[in-house]
Amino acid sequence: MPAATEQEILAGLGEIVEEIVGIPAGEVTPDKNFIDDLDIDSLSMVEIAVAAQDRFGVEIPDDELRNLKTVKDVIDYVQGLTGATKA
Amino acid sequence: MGLLEGKRILVTGVLTDASIAFHVARLAEAEGAQVVLTAYPRPTLTERIARRLPSGLAGDPPPVIELNVTDRDHLDGLADRVREHVDGLDGIMHAVAFAPETALGGNFLDTPWEDVATAMHISAYSLKSLTMACLPLMKDGGSVVGLDFDASVAWPVYDWMGVAKAGLESTARYLAKYLGPQGVRVNLVAAGPLGTMAAKSIPGFHEMRDIWPEHAPLGWDVADPEPTARACVALLSDWFPATTGEIVHVDGGVHAVGA
Repeated sequence: MPAATEQEILAGLGEIVEEIVGIPAGEVTPDKNFIDDLDIDSLSMVEIAVAAQDRFGVEIPDDELRNLKTVKDVIDYVQGLTGATKA
Repeated sequence: MGLLEGKRILVTGVLTDASIAFHVARLAEAEGAQVVLTAYPRPTLTERIARRLPSGLAGDPPPVIELNVTDRDHLDGLADRVREHVDGLDGIMHAVAFAPETALGGNFLDTPWEDVATAMHISAYSLKSLTMACLPLMKDGGSVVGLDFDASVAWPVYDWMGVAKAGLESTARYLAKYLGPQGVRVNLVAAGPLGTMAAKSIPGFHEMRDIWPEHAPLGWDVADPEPTARACVALLSDWFPATTGEIVHVDGGVHAVGA
């Protein structure tokens, strides 16, 4: 898996969120909290995580998912696993 | 030849790849079965997870049919929807359970009837409704397997879900009685606690998770669904041809010992 840049992960995550819960990808910005800002329920969050795993080729265990509260948390997590550097 | 070679198996309850039902479906395919999934409440999530089954990894994931077991129309239309994919069924994996939060986690004395009713409807009565919805597809008999948690005693935090499991156990016995003459076997697998999404949503689940490995003569790994899935596949196979109304404990032996 080639390392994805922060922008690529953000864009990919935006597409995933739009597809699964219908929130426009443009609203998915790093500072957003999935539950408080984007109003995403826990089961939708699981589906987003599954889609992100498939897309970015990383494992996100259930227990880890609970710690990923903001869009930036997911970006950092994926980057940490794919060994990407900041673009 | 696999244990389920040529068998057509309906598997409910695949939510994530931690679901017990996911591992039943995975093993069933590995043993030669053709699997059809039902999904609720998120068929799109189940479709994504289905792509992680052996058939899905090979580019041909099983079909996913939306099925809310409390929805009369879903149940009435199930046989026809299954028939779009297979010409009959040899087995059904019932892996459906739900209880509102008020019914679990130590609130036993204050749970209102409506929430108890929901737990009973989805977790116990659904074994009957799912089986009857699929009965027209089992002309040559078949095997129905459900997931149980030992309901012979009271556990910490399990509360009304435990009562629902007692109902499930009795439902399985009556189904065994009424459907035996048609060659349909009905059995349950009483598993020890497993770290599924369903389990983790039980407030205080860790209490059961923590006591189990200490008491199990064989030990118990809450992260390993394989033993439970194997028992389900075995019961779905032709290797228990004269067994019905039974509860097979896959719990490391906890049910057999006092402490």
